[in-house]
Parts: sequence; C-alpha cells; structure tokens
Amino acid sequence: MMADLLRVEGIGKTLGGRRILNDCALSVNRGDLKVLIGPSGAGKSTLLQCINCLIPPDEGEIWLDGERLDRTNSAELCAFRAHVGMIFQDFNLFDHLPAGENVAIALRRVRGFSRAQARERALTELARVGLVDRAHLYPAQLSGGQRQRVAIARALAMDPRVILLDEPTSALDPELVGEVLSVIQELARGGMTMIMATHQVEFARVLATEILFMEHGVIIERGAPEALLAEGRASRTRDFCARLAEFRIND
Amino acid sequence: MDSLIVVINALPAIAAGGVVTVGTVAVSLALGFVLGTPLAVCQVYGCAAARRLAEIYVWFFRGVPILVLLFLFYGLFIALNLPAAPFLICSVTLGMTSTAYQSQIYRGAIQSLPKGQLNAARALGMGDKTAVACIILPQALRLSIPGFANEFSILLKDSAICFVLGAQDIMARAGFVAARTHEHLALYAAAGLLYFALTHIVVKLLLRLERHFRIPDYAVEGGGRS
Amino acid sequence: MPDIAFFTQTLLPALNRGLLVSLSLIIPAGVLGFLGGVALGCLRAFGPPPLQRLGDAYTALLRGVPLVVQLLMIYYALPGLGIYFEPYGAALTGFVLCTAAYQSEYVRGAIQSIRKGQMQAALALGFSKRGAVIWIIVPQAARRALPGCGNEIIYLIKYSSLAYLVTCMELMGEGKVVASDTFRFTEVFLTVGAYYLVMVTLAGWMLRCLERRFYVPGFGAA
Repeated sequence: MMADLLRVEGIGKTLGGRRILNDCALSVNRGDLKVLIGPSGAGKSTLLQCINCLIPPDEGEIWLDGERLDRTNSAELCAFRAHVGMIFQDFNLFDHLPAGENVAIALRRVRGFSRAQARERALTELARVGLVDRAHLYPAQLSGGQRQRVAIARALAMDPRVILLDEPTSALDPELVGEVLSVIQELARGGMTMIMATHQVEFARVLATEILFMEHGVIIERGAPEALLAEGRASRTRDFCARLAEFRIND
Repeated sequence: MDSLIVVINALPAIAAGGVVTVGTVAVSLALGFVLGTPLAVCQVYGCAAARRLAEIYVWFFRGVPILVLLFLFYGLFIALNLPAAPFLICSVTLGMTSTAYQSQIYRGAIQSLPKGQLNAARALGMGDKTAVACIILPQALRLSIPGFANEFSILLKDSAICFVLGAQDIMARAGFVAARTHEHLALYAAAGLLYFALTHIVVKLLLRLERHFRIPDYAVEGGGRS
Repeated sequence: MPDIAFFTQTLLPALNRGLLVSLSLIIPAGVLGFLGGVALGCLRAFGPPPLQRLGDAYTALLRGVPLVVQLLMIYYALPGLGIYFEPYGAALTGFVLCTAAYQSEYVRGAIQSIRKGQMQAALALGFSKRGAVIWIIVPQAARRALPGCGNEIIYLIKYSSLAYLVTCMELMGEGKVVASDTFRFTEVFLTVGAYYLVMVTLAGWMLRCLERRFYVPGFGAA
C-alpha cells in the first residue's frame, strides 16, 4: 500500500487513568534515522515500546513492509519483534549468559540456528561493535558502554529491518557515551533504519533524517534537523535543545 | 464444643508451659549471644589454629540434629555427674547450638563492614581489642538484628522437642492433656497457634529494636531460614 | 575403654538399618518437597490473587508452627478425623508439606528477583512468552534459588530425625533404642551425630559443587 518500511498510526495508550500517548503517527523509509526528542515523561520510551508491543497500545495500527500487524496473533507478534530490534536504556543483557551467548541465544531459540552457526554469527556481530575479544565475559564484567555495544550486537544478529533505540546512552557515564554513539553512527552510515529516542542533540543534528519533538504524549513538531534547529527559528524543538545545551554548560 | 472446653481448661497449663518454653529460649539465646560473639570475632580475627577450632565447632553443631544433641548432652550430663534437670540440659544444648548459628550471623556482619573502619581505628591509636569492641562490634551487631530475629524464630521452633527430655514446656503440657482427653487435634492446634503467635510477636519486637538502633542510610544484612 | 564389640555387633548394625530408613525418608521428601515448593512458589508469584493469598497463608502457617507440632498432628490428631497414617507415611507427609512451604519461599524470591527488563529484552528479540520463561527466566531464577533450596535439603536431613517422635524407626530411633537398652547415651549419640554429620557434609559439598558449576560472575543473591 505504501513504500514505508515501518509505519504506525493513531497510537494511543492510557496507563492508570493517565493518557500517556495520544494519536502518535510516524513512518520510516529504508535507511532513515528518525530521532525522538523531548522532555522526560513525554512518552518517547512508551511510544517505542508500543511500536514493538512490549507495551500493547490501546489503539492504533502498525505496518511492517506494508503488512498490517495483527497484535492478537502471538506467533505473528513474535515474528514481527524478531524483525524489529530494540536497544534499551538499561541494556537488559541476559545476566546469566556471557556476551557471546547473549548474542547467540535468540539466534538459536528464535531463529533456529545450530549452536555452531549461532556462535559464528555472534562473534561476527561482536567484532562489528569491537568486542570480539570480550565474548566470554559476563555482563557484570563489562563496562556500561561495552554492555550497550553487546546489546546492539544482539539486536543486529537478528538481521532486523529496523532498530528502535530507547535513550541508548542515558544510563552511561559521560566518558562512555562516545563509544556507543560511534557504533550507532556506523550503523546509520551503513544504511540501517532506526528510530531513536535521545537527548544527544548534536548527534541528532548531524545524523537524523527527521526529528520528532514530543511533549505530553503527543508529537508536536517534526522536520529535518536543519529546519527545526536553524538559527532564529522559533520552534519548540529549538527552545528545548537550547535549554538542554545551557544545562550542559552549567553542569 | 467439647474440644473447645478441653482447650480452655488446659489453657493455664499450656500457658505455664509457655513460660518454660520462653525461659528456655531466652536462656539459650543469651548463651548463644555471649559465646557466639567472641566465636565470631575469633573466626574473623583469630590465629589460624583458633579459626580452625571455631570452624570445627560450627561444623559440628550445625551438622548434628537438635534431637541427637539433646540426647547426647543428656548422656554427657549423666556421665559427668552434672545435675540432669531437663531445663538445664535443654538450655545448654540449644544455647551451644545457637552459639554456632549466631557466630555465623555476626561473622557475616563483621565481614560486610568496610576494611577502612578497622584501619581508621588503628590509625587513631586504638589497640585491636578496643577497635573491635568499640568500632566493629557496635556496627556489626546492629546489622545482625534481622539475623538474630531469624535465629529466635528457629530456636523457638526447635525448642518444641525439649519435651523428649521431660521439660515441662508447651508441647509437654499439650501432649499430657491430649493423652488424657484424646483431644489431640484441638490441643496441638492450640499449641501450634501459640508458637505461631510467639514467633510473630517477638520478631515484631526485634524488628522494632532494629529500627530503634538503625543509623540513617546504613546498609542492612538479612536472610537465612526462619 | 571403647568397647569394640558393642559398636560392631550392636550399635552399627542398628544404625545402618536406621540409616536406610532415614534415606528413604529424606530422598522422597526432598524430591517431592522441592517439586511442591516450585509449584507453590510459582503459584505465589504468578497465580491469581486469591490463590496467591492462599499460598502465602499456607506458607506462613507451616513456617510459623514447629515441625514437631505438624508431625504430632498428622500422626496423633488426624485419626480423630478418620485419617490414619503409618509412622513412615506420617513422617513423609509432614516433611513434604513443611519443606515445600520453605522451598516455595526461595523459589518465589528467586522469581521475583529477576529484573523486568530481562523479560522485555527477550520479547523484543522475538521470543514467545513461553520461550522467554524457559530460556531466560528459569535459568536465572534457578541460579538464584539454588543456595536456599540446597540449604533446605540440608535442613531436611537434620530434621528427618524428628520422624522418631512419630515412632518411625529411622537413624535417631534406632539409636534411642540402643541407648535406652544399654544406657550408653554418650557413645550412641556421638555415633548417631557422626552419621548425620557425614550426610550433611556430603550434601553441603555437593551443593557447593553445583553452585560452582553454575556460577556466573556478578550474578549472586539478589
């Protein structure tokens, strides 16, 4: 019906009597990097989790490659999630498995790879994020930045058509942010389709194909970064980013 | 209704048994505290030989069932010509067992303290004895209160077998009335409830004690079987 | 002077007989109690709220009342309701019911200690809910529950001696008969104690081997 890779429309969610999301719509084309920006509690994270139904949306429709997702069909939902990678703010590596197994387990148990195939693929993906020599280490033995890179490798191993990134650098110490951002930058340059919530404005300015600004569960502005963040432009996005920058300096 | 009347009539006797039970447990806990604290200090700071001896003590008392220990101590009391009063034997047996368990609680608490505490005390010129008594133990014992509450509830339940040596505790009295009236169900249920209530009341009190002594934002250890 | 004949001809044969009975109490009670504990723990963690509360109440009651009371009730009080048990059956039933309550506490604690994100990450990778539980949640919960559940087995070994109080002639009971006949309490119960020490030490050693086998750095008790 349309050329968009992933498209969501009319997503709404009410939790505990509070309206968290209201009529959110977005679509991504192959190779897009869409960045969600907005204050904490704006609903960025909820929107991302609604897109792969970790939080089932109350209303709205989701299409992947023009096919509408039937959320009530659990097999279809699992297959959909296997095609949509997710990176969490707090990594969520499987605590009982070493890095290599973290990447391999879904290949084996979801995609049906043999142990050897999965292992080989896991090492390839770990090499891609520069951690092939850490495959035998457990999550607790890795730094925050390394953990997030393993999480990215774990998502990549599933050959996702699109990756959702939920503030991937927010839980990291400042000196570790760079190593994760540079991996994401590599992916963007390589043409990976991504939707990312972040507070890294500079990163968004340089790499985003579109910025979506969210507040109170609604996407209130959207546009190319050069348009939204242009000098002298009176946009909510620009105000917010300016305040973020000010805060950084005062820090 | 008959069973209810039997229980009501037996209440004074069971309550008197409750006094014996609580007395036994109190004496044992106290003995366990008095012996368990130095045993813990010895396990952490003692010389190799002392540590080894303490380990063997703990291994023995944690590995042998209370029931076996009770009869063993009964035999020892007779062999050594000590007064074989049930209350005394039971208190000593439970007390020495509790010593082993309590020493583990205090040892864990001491080891959970940061190394810097002892160093800081030494740096101020304190001898090791003073440092342990004035700096380490006050902190470690605070951390031990939840474990101590746990130990109390285990000991209270373990004490319910003291009747085998003739102690006139809750179980002995309930069993005695049950044998005469054949109201086993009602009397053992009453005894069970009494143990249940005693555990909860005392554990509540101990946890209140913990809050009383708590230092704001100080980490607390817990866990184990209760 | 230790009387060798007393040991080899009277005490040890009796204790070995008792040991077999003890083991035939401990092993089934351990297995059934563990399985019951897993079921009860899962019920208390995942079940519908009314059943959760029922499970909590059962656990609180059985953990709050001494095991002796439970055993005496099963053996002496249930016949009043028309339920009769052999000594062995009464002891085994009491052990299973009680140890399941204790085990459920560790199982429930372990399940609840698993961070919510682990489930989410698994679902996000395309695991089905069942797959996520089998491949991600259970391996973690099992590691967390292992020390507690293993200790519970060790407690069971020691508390199996209470079977003597319902006249089940296991290790403790056989010892008591010899002691009463010969009035050699010290020797007899030192020996009985040694039997239990060996069992407990062996079980503790096996538990430590298991813990080492499944050790994961940084993944300790919650």
